[in-house]
Amino acid sequence: MSHDHHAVEIPHASMRDYAIGFVLSVILTAIPFWLVMEKPFAAGVTAAIIMAFAVVQIVVHMIYFLHMTPRAEGGWSMTALVFTIIVVLIMLAGSLWVMHHLNTNMMPMPHDVRQIP
Amino acid sequence: MTPPPLPATDPIWGRLSLNAIPLHEPILIATFGAVVLGGLVMLALITKYRLWGWLWREWFTTVDHKKIGIMYMILGLVMFLRGFADAIMMRLQQAMAFGGSEGYLNAHHYDQIFTAHGVIMIFFVAMPFITGLMNYIVPLQIGARDVSFPFLNNFSFWMTTAGAVLVMVSLFVGEFAQTGWLAYPPLSGIAYSPNVGVDYYIWALQIAGVGTTLSGINLIVTILKLRAPGMGLMKMPVFTWTSLCANILIVASFPVLTAVLALLGLDRYAGTNFFTNDFGGSPMMYVNLIWIWGHPEVYILILPLFGVFSEVTSTFSGKRLFGYTSMVYATVCITILSYLVWLHHFFTMGSGASVNSFFGITTMVISIPTGAKLFNWLFTMYRGRIRFDLPMMWTIAFMLTFVVGGMTGVLLAVPPADFVLHNSLFLIAHFHNVIIGGVLFGLFAAINYWWPKAFGFKLDVFWGKVSFWCWVVGFWLAFMPLYILGLMGVTRRMRVFDDPSLQIWFVVAGIGAAIIAVGILAMLIQFAVSIWKRDQLRETSGDPWNGRTLEWATSSPPPDYNFAFTPVIHDLDAWHDMKRRGAERPLTGFRDIHMPSNTGAGIILAGISTVLGFALIWHIWWLAGLSLISLIGGAIVHSFNYKRDFHIPAATVAEVEDKRTRQLSAAGA
Amino acid sequence: MNTATLARDDAPVRFYELDEHPHPEGHSTMLGFWIYLMSDCLIFAILFACYAVLGGNFAAGPGPRDLFDLDLIALNTAMLLFSSITYGFAMLSMQRNRLRQTQIWLGVTGLFGLAFLSIELYEFQHLIHVGATPQRSAFLSAFFTLVGTHGLHVTFGLVWLVTLIVQLGRHGLIAANRRRVACLSMFWHFLDVVWIGVFTLVYLMGMLR
Repeated sequence: MSHDHHAVEIPHASMRDYAIGFVLSVILTAIPFWLVMEKPFAAGVTAAIIMAFAVVQIVVHMIYFLHMTPRAEGGWSMTALVFTIIVVLIMLAGSLWVMHHLNTNMMPMPHDVRQIP
Repeated sequence: MTPPPLPATDPIWGRLSLNAIPLHEPILIATFGAVVLGGLVMLALITKYRLWGWLWREWFTTVDHKKIGIMYMILGLVMFLRGFADAIMMRLQQAMAFGGSEGYLNAHHYDQIFTAHGVIMIFFVAMPFITGLMNYIVPLQIGARDVSFPFLNNFSFWMTTAGAVLVMVSLFVGEFAQTGWLAYPPLSGIAYSPNVGVDYYIWALQIAGVGTTLSGINLIVTILKLRAPGMGLMKMPVFTWTSLCANILIVASFPVLTAVLALLGLDRYAGTNFFTNDFGGSPMMYVNLIWIWGHPEVYILILPLFGVFSEVTSTFSGKRLFGYTSMVYATVCITILSYLVWLHHFFTMGSGASVNSFFGITTMVISIPTGAKLFNWLFTMYRGRIRFDLPMMWTIAFMLTFVVGGMTGVLLAVPPADFVLHNSLFLIAHFHNVIIGGVLFGLFAAINYWWPKAFGFKLDVFWGKVSFWCWVVGFWLAFMPLYILGLMGVTRRMRVFDDPSLQIWFVVAGIGAAIIAVGILAMLIQFAVSIWKRDQLRETSGDPWNGRTLEWATSSPPPDYNFAFTPVIHDLDAWHDMKRRGAERPLTGFRDIHMPSNTGAGIILAGISTVLGFALIWHIWWLAGLSLISLIGGAIVHSFNYKRDFHIPAATVAEVEDKRTRQLSAAGA
Repeated sequence: MNTATLARDDAPVRFYELDEHPHPEGHSTMLGFWIYLMSDCLIFAILFACYAVLGGNFAAGPGPRDLFDLDLIALNTAMLLFSSITYGFAMLSMQRNRLRQTQIWLGVTGLFGLAFLSIELYEFQHLIHVGATPQRSAFLSAFFTLVGTHGLHVTFGLVWLVTLIVQLGRHGLIAANRRRVACLSMFWHFLDVVWIGVFTLVYLMGMLR
């Protein structure tokens, strides 16, 4: 809905979108905080849950706040996003993998685990 | 000889003092004198012929992608001369420093030279050259009037120039890094490099990196949004395709460099512990991160030139490119694979067998799409009517040279072999083999190919051939000895040698470098002679090579608006298709053309960035604060300018187009 | 373009766009800005990678559990989340062509952003006060840099926000300003997305370490 004829289409948003996005975000933020503060589960389980919640919340923000759709900008926004996610995953996973193996292979075991250089 | 230690930070001058001028280095003083003299002569000439206003209006503030492209090429050429001067100094030093001789360069100076050579050649030669080429050609090839963000384009250019200026300033004020071109910590950390050299390195690359990233975004959006009607993705010229992929790589890798250098900067300025030896820092993390940028960078450099070779091969064989689709897929494959190989730059760091095997295999896999490309070019030539003009000669030289470089690359991709060859002259020979044989030869092909488009006259053939043969012969002479020396175990970046049996190889390499110098000289003569004889070499048709893509559809040089009417594309080789089917150039019915206006904001903001960089390098905090505030303020002021475009009236368009019509009929076209 | 109709060489084909409608001004801006955000995302990715690799290197100094105060972080997260929804209200007001309302909601967004920054600065000041400086260990270097870079982005967003409110006052809801409001909206929500990563990976996971 562009009021200026020469204006560029800005993604249309509705109150409903923002409201849904906000409520979901509040829930998806509150639960992880609660889990970590109250510790109802073992640390490993909690970690897995809060990571999953973070991923879901990122998707929620993308859809309801950033109005991501596969059709926006002829699909290029989505393509750019997917490509970026792939590259980010390669960088994160690759760095962790490379550096972990490096530390295992090259570093002497420290006396105190908290001192791993 | 190490320069005297820096004085304590002064509130007004920071670390800057008269000691920073390298008065004890006669080579630098002589260079400085020559540069000052040359600069003064140039300034005097510009003033005498009252060119300042013209330069400012027509060039410095321009948002025309063609002029910006040419300015990038000039920047690349100037910096190329500097980078080559470094190269020949190294060759001379290494050929001399035997049998107890120290050569003529002290360690402090020599270490700066090999660092500066690498930094300049990659960041301020290869990058401006390819960016300039893409800037000039891509909008023409896709039938657009300019790039998507013309102001940003101007700003990007000046930011790149600002980085180059800082590197040049380091020659005469202070020093440059002595760390090698990637500045690995802990050597580049504050503990081992307490002086300004690494700071020059960091800020030059940060400022230029902003320009590079923005120009990458600009060109991606241009290609995605501004293609002429009918030009679907699979009807884009190959050069546009490879440019798109190269720019995707720029946007998806230069931020990594920015982040890594920022972290190194924090280590040096704020005393953090990312890459230090103690307090939990890990220098290896720097190596890991910088090569996540570094490997895609290699493909940023070569991909656009693969596009050039495709255009040239197809044009000069008079045939449609063989295997266009496979060429596109190969390019896209390389784009993605280039993110999966970075560890092959540090196999010996010690990540172990599993990690090394993975990255060794991915590296070898990447040679498959590259090989496919080579076969495509060969099959394009097969049964074609090949015209051996200069662009085609460079292309054939590339094919022969690059294959050797590619094969030694695959050799280095084998981790056990790499344990023997890493850090040796074999590696140096390998990457010069692909960068000179691929990137530079490609640039020379491109310059000879598109020069008539940019200036309206062809380049002189005789001097072009002299340059060609000097380059090719000189290259082989200069780098084959390095392969041999590398296999014998000679490591890179050495200043003096003990074993006299090695000297002959360095002498041969030095002779090769000298022949290359003649090749460069011949190329400069080629430019000069061509400009001198431009009326004889004049080319009025706009299509001197019987080209196939859209840039040849317009006049040479193209008008400001590129195309009076946007072409409609029906076929991959759009211009070839239009010629074949007798497309008529419309002669009437011109309309006003909407164009972006020039602005001085780009050069001003980049100028402030240069001052900011200089202040940060020398710890002149008040100036840094002041320039940072004016930088932000300047950007805000610029954002209040809403009038950024104008219309070229239809009458002017008609005038320009009528002139071209008369020109074409006079040429009998 | 349908190639089937071009099968015959003599078919009349249009080679030039004679009746041309220029691209609307700024038609590439949204995509360009999105791609810029993607590149920014990679800067954060490197900072996250550094934190992931170096975040356990305490160098015998304090760790996350000694330092982080989750109540404070929850409050901070709430501020950013509120600022996101108020920016949404600004976008909705703009769609309804209500200039004043748009400016007010942008202003409210700015206030929440300012609150976020103040809390972050308070946290940093507290950490430095107890000796947990960025120089203390690689963990703290990575922590301060990652969170600080996000904070720097918010600061930049605030400067932009103020500029934009002034520009709206001067020129109203013209096309150029609408585009700018939409771009800043993407920037602001993008920072929110990054913050999800920060509070999850740095603060919450840190407390579990």
